[in-house]
Amino acid sequence: MNPIQDTPTLGPAELAAVRADFPLLTRTVRDGRALVYLDSGATSQKPEVVLDAEQDFYVQRNAAVHRGAHQLAEEATDAFEAARAQVASFVGVSPGELVWTSNATSAINLVAYAMSNASLGRGGAEARGLALRAGDEIVVTEAEHHANLVPWQELAERTGATLRWIGVHDDGRLRVEDLETVVTERTRVLAFTHASNVTGAITPVAPFVARAREVGALTVLDACQSVPHLPVDLTELGVDFAAFSGHKMLGPTGVGALYGRRELLEAMPPVATGGSMVEVVTMERTTYAPPPQRFEAGTQMVSQAVGMGAAASYLAELGMDAVAQHEAVLTQALLDAVASVPGVRVLGPTDTRDRLANVSFVVDGVHAHDVGQVLDDAGVAVRVGHHCAQPLHRRLGATASTRASTAVYTTLEEIEVFREALAGVRAFFGLTDSPAVPVG
Amino acid sequence: MSTGSMEQLYQQVILDHARAPHGKGLLEPVATAGESHQVNPTCGDEVTLRVELDTSVPGSPRVERVSWEGQGCSISQASISVLHDLVTGAELGQVDDLAGTFRALMHARGAGLDDEAEDTLGDATAFTGVAKYPARIKCALLGWAALQDALIKTGATTSQEDA
Repeated sequence: MNPIQDTPTLGPAELAAVRADFPLLTRTVRDGRALVYLDSGATSQKPEVVLDAEQDFYVQRNAAVHRGAHQLAEEATDAFEAARAQVASFVGVSPGELVWTSNATSAINLVAYAMSNASLGRGGAEARGLALRAGDEIVVTEAEHHANLVPWQELAERTGATLRWIGVHDDGRLRVEDLETVVTERTRVLAFTHASNVTGAITPVAPFVARAREVGALTVLDACQSVPHLPVDLTELGVDFAAFSGHKMLGPTGVGALYGRRELLEAMPPVATGGSMVEVVTMERTTYAPPPQRFEAGTQMVSQAVGMGAAASYLAELGMDAVAQHEAVLTQALLDAVASVPGVRVLGPTDTRDRLANVSFVVDGVHAHDVGQVLDDAGVAVRVGHHCAQPLHRRLGATASTRASTAVYTTLEEIEVFREALAGVRAFFGLTDSPAVPVG
Repeated sequence: MSTGSMEQLYQQVILDHARAPHGKGLLEPVATAGESHQVNPTCGDEVTLRVELDTSVPGSPRVERVSWEGQGCSISQASISVLHDLVTGAELGQVDDLAGTFRALMHARGAGLDDEAEDTLGDATAFTGVAKYPARIKCALLGWAALQDALIKTGATTSQEDA
């Protein structure tokens, strides 16, 4: 890989070099067709440096971390904590504010269950600020992935709090103007996505944080879709908590991260309890380690964390401004591709302003599963279904959609293959608007 | 479309049934009817299927009518339509056999079944190619799962074991 510095976007040579870092991208699918991987919103492919980092950990340094006095244990602990520092620095926070979790879903659940425990009095007076009771309100948005909706529904059920939400406009953008009325003095939590995994719309974080601060609510940001594609500085954004996953940002599965402002993490009672997260244990009671270890019970996913650290470094070396600029070009190309095919409706904004290269659409008369099948036959991998966002689909008048999503390694040529395959879909099902050519 | 594998998957029979599905539109519930609602959680597709029995011959109930409402992909919609044609008028024992044979077809990885088994399936043999695509098998089985559950709700059958 060639380091790219002071480059606003990825030129053809840089992009070719990036693609050469991803061994999987060279494989073929379905009878020898070149793979066109447009499902990075679901999970990204992994560069060799990530695979090597994981392998190297096992080959060179494998040992239990944070225990043992032998050299391997020291090296394993160093690798684990260096990875934490790499990921923390990548999103603009301190290592002590970054908790490893198994994925973003568990990161959000960690916050919700810590609040639940605080509501039961755990964590004592310090944690009182995290406690909820009947009459309190939790606010989410209608655009959330189920991972940033269901844990809050459950927290509301357990505590007697009420769940409310910010709606979306017809183009899928959040109704920011409703913050004033929906977020009130009763609101204790405001959980929202940084970028929708369906519409690609990027949330203007500032008014959400400002309104939450006005009323004393905590903010929880789902940053799964933003961190792999945009420069993200969580400290600058000013959110209280944020969750993101390794596997969507070129890292391994099985690892994600929770960012929490240090003072909040310090006040938070533990959720999973047991080994590795304690100070003193007697038969009667236990005192807990400071964060982030307090929230990392049991043996951790060390090699994956090391892989996620390598992924963060890889992206940082490319430069997230260049990544974002490259993907902005892809956004326009994807929107153009979809707009060029008759009978296709985009679920989400049709302009590139504050929008990711993550385009979901409905093909008139053809179910998303069938669209995906025909694209797959051309070697094009897309996501079909509701993308874990049923309420948003319902709001936008669809049960399921087809989603094409990119990553740093995606090319304009691939989007052209996608466009050609998409252009044939309605005709294949006998629905062409031009002279009808029935199938069979 | 290049390789012809799409034509093998989406046989004309399937496209025809998907375009004009049989039995679609729920009929008024009657005393002998059972109803089931099934969802495919990966795509949100759903079906509500109502089955009405003719119990006039003691010990040998038959499927009098099948009606359904729902939305989904062409495979799921066509499969329910074909199911409607296959089981209407059939004795419950035959329905069990058909369901078992269709399930076997879905697990044959596209190789199909023997001639005798395929003869009993009629139009449903068009789904042979679906079994090559593991993600689509659920689509083809959605209606059959609803039928099995609806029959249990009629009280005429208690078993939901695979035939």
